[in-house]
Amino acid sequence: MKIAICIKQVPDSWAEKKMVNGLLDRTNVDAVLNDLDEYAVEEGLRIAEAHGGNEEGAANTVTVISMGPERATEAVRKALSMGANNAILISDPKLAGADALTTSKVLASVISKGEFDVVICGTESTDARMSVVPAMIAERLNCAQLTFASAVTVDPAAKKVVITRVTEAGVDEMFGQFPVVISVVEKINEPRYPSFKGIMAAKKKTIEVLDLSAVGISIENAWSVVVDAAPRPARAAGVKITDDGGGGDQLVTFLMEKKLI
Amino acid sequence: MSCVLILADFIGGKNTKKTAELATAAARIGDVSAVVLAPTGQGAAYAAALVQGPISTVLVVESDSFAEHGVGAAADVLTQIIAQKNPAAVLIASHAFGKELAGRTAVKSGSGIITDAVDVAADITATQMIFGGSTTVHSKISHGTPIITVRPNSITADLKSVSPTIEMLSFDVAESSKKSTLTSSQPPVRGGRPELTEADIVVSGGRGTNGDFAAVEAFADSLGAAVGASRAATDAGWYPHSHQVGQTGKSVSPQLYVACGISGAIQHRAGMQTSKAIVVINKDPEAPIFEIADFGVIGDLFAVLPKATEGVNARKA
Repeated sequence: MKIAICIKQVPDSWAEKKMVNGLLDRTNVDAVLNDLDEYAVEEGLRIAEAHGGNEEGAANTVTVISMGPERATEAVRKALSMGANNAILISDPKLAGADALTTSKVLASVISKGEFDVVICGTESTDARMSVVPAMIAERLNCAQLTFASAVTVDPAAKKVVITRVTEAGVDEMFGQFPVVISVVEKINEPRYPSFKGIMAAKKKTIEVLDLSAVGISIENAWSVVVDAAPRPARAAGVKITDDGGGGDQLVTFLMEKKLI
Repeated sequence: MSCVLILADFIGGKNTKKTAELATAAARIGDVSAVVLAPTGQGAAYAAALVQGPISTVLVVESDSFAEHGVGAAADVLTQIIAQKNPAAVLIASHAFGKELAGRTAVKSGSGIITDAVDVAADITATQMIFGGSTTVHSKISHGTPIITVRPNSITADLKSVSPTIEMLSFDVAESSKKSTLTSSQPPVRGGRPELTEADIVVSGGRGTNGDFAAVEAFADSLGAAVGASRAATDAGWYPHSHQVGQTGKSVSPQLYVACGISGAIQHRAGMQTSKAIVVINKDPEAPIFEIADFGVIGDLFAVLPKATEGVNARKA
């Protein structure tokens, strides 16, 4: 199987985020591999390991695909140190500020050329939080969309993937035939820590860096434009009391005064 | 007046209050047509549920593909409706299905997309609260038919009674939109409590519960509230992951959020900061969550909550 994992480098979720000229300021914050993508990397590795592994000469390869500035190689290396075989990073100044439509177009184009069987994503990035890119990739590739998976079973012989997903509507079981786009929820697995051996090996692995002309597509300006952005005023400090036995009653009084009950 | 499409929000065959919220926002822009995607033979019954909110027309499409093939089939049909009706905008509820549907429809129809709007103005400017509610952004879509998903609970629904015109439409779902197939579906187990993202009141527990959610649940039930949990509590296995509020969990913006034994890490605040009123109960007076509390009680949640539960129940009696 050819397995692709889409990852994103994001500002550390502990960091304070700011807008500069209508875009997230990515230069002055620590950047890390998106938390939720670690589950995707882990799931890709587990699928490969369950069906003959991804060592050299084995039946499977696990390729990391990312779009971002050159600096995103740090996040890509982390995924490689977990055990992915190789990586493709699409990096082009024209992609700064790319929206989900552009991101999905670029990723879908690279995925389509790589003829991957299984594409795995996290459910969302912790910075943009739109949660739409996996569905958009499936749409662009005209392939099965198996998103928000809490369990994944792959049958390489039948080229079939079955997932369990938990949504507002309940717990569903869905399947699709290769190629499929999966997104995995947090807690589907426990992502491994890169071993020392893995970290050393990752330094020798290939990261193919492509610009837009190498990908062979052109992009348009973002189709949504920020009119203005402003930090929200801090919430005014409220009432703070110490419970001396009457805290519960005072709480109820507050709720009544505010007509919340 | 131009037409605006909303996707009537049905979950498990029931119309949710998000439909009226979407209609309320859409009515500022134009005449509201609510799209109903129903199983074969149930279109009329689904349409009959749309009697509240400023809806002029209900557009009904029946197909078993919606249930069987999910988002792909829905996006296929919604795109065909957009092509036929040429609406000024399309508004969809911001949940997992709604956002994915918006995403695929945007790709199919060559349109821009904005997700998680908390408000939409008459000129189709969307307001979003980003970075966990710390920044307000106004955006517009510059290409195609603006497709906007709107966060539940952020727009006060106009619940006026209406009897909209019902129009039955017929579209085929392309084979290429049927690539994923549902084989089984079980409704969620909810124990009678409201759904987290659409509840008016959410009571959440964190590390301070030490795994005992009984007091949190009792207070939630006295208020008819949903129960949430911090990541610390779900990571410890104290409460199901589906109830996690925060950056990697669900975002909620209820009328009232009660945080019990939650310190208020930035990731948790990212999921609840836009709540209208915030009440905090925590033993640690230095807990950062107090910074955003409208009413904070420094105290033991196991002492404060039972008293408060008693107080609320007494008021109801």
